[in-house]
Amino acid sequence: MARVRVQTEAFDLGGEFAALTAGRTDIGGVGCFVGTVRDSADGRPITAMTLEHYPGMTERAMAAIAAQAESRWDLLGCTLMHRIGELHPGAPIVLVLAAAAHRQAALDATEFLIDWLKTRAPFWKKERFADGTEKWVAARTEDDQAAARWAG
Amino acid sequence: MSARSLHLLYFAWLRERVGRSEETLDLPEGVATVASLTEWLRGRGDGFAAAFAPGVPVRCAVNQEFAGPDTPIAAGDEVAFFPPVTGG
Repeated sequence: MARVRVQTEAFDLGGEFAALTAGRTDIGGVGCFVGTVRDSADGRPITAMTLEHYPGMTERAMAAIAAQAESRWDLLGCTLMHRIGELHPGAPIVLVLAAAAHRQAALDATEFLIDWLKTRAPFWKKERFADGTEKWVAARTEDDQAAARWAG
Repeated sequence: MSARSLHLLYFAWLRERVGRSEETLDLPEGVATVASLTEWLRGRGDGFAAAFAPGVPVRCAVNQEFAGPDTPIAAGDEVAFFPPVTGG
């Protein structure tokens, strides 16, 4: 039921919403999260971000995360898309859509999906700064804490 | 790839430190878990010693599932090492 995709190109938010809801009249709400590239890290301007992933495991991990959301909420569909390769400030990186009969399930599932995606899918970000130096992004304790809220 | 071989993958800064993204090798003598494989890799030389030094946060997946130090490893497995993930 879930639509999972890893791709270099930008995703079409309107098109994904339309695909998720086409022909459906039982959906009462769709939660949406779009992550975008911020233009600074720790106060330093960044010019680009490169996303690396583990082909094969990434898709499996994303499908497992979607399945987990479907087991916790009565979802009527969900979409997980993540971009890889070089991205620039302002560009969308990740898309989460979750459809349900009622808004609370849609919104909670959306939050769960992005929290788990950030901590359980094998992606790594490398930032390039204005001075040309590069740095791998370190995992954030806050992300682990956010994901841990959904434990159990 | 022979029946005795392991397929190893490295990602992100770990890949840079060990100077390769993947390799296939015969299952080393005495390696039966992620912990013992890590210990064996540490003994391979500069890049590996630094990448797998105690206290360095390295994560592992065996056959594309997250694994811990006690996860068993057998010939034919795909074993990946990488930093804590930072997607989203």
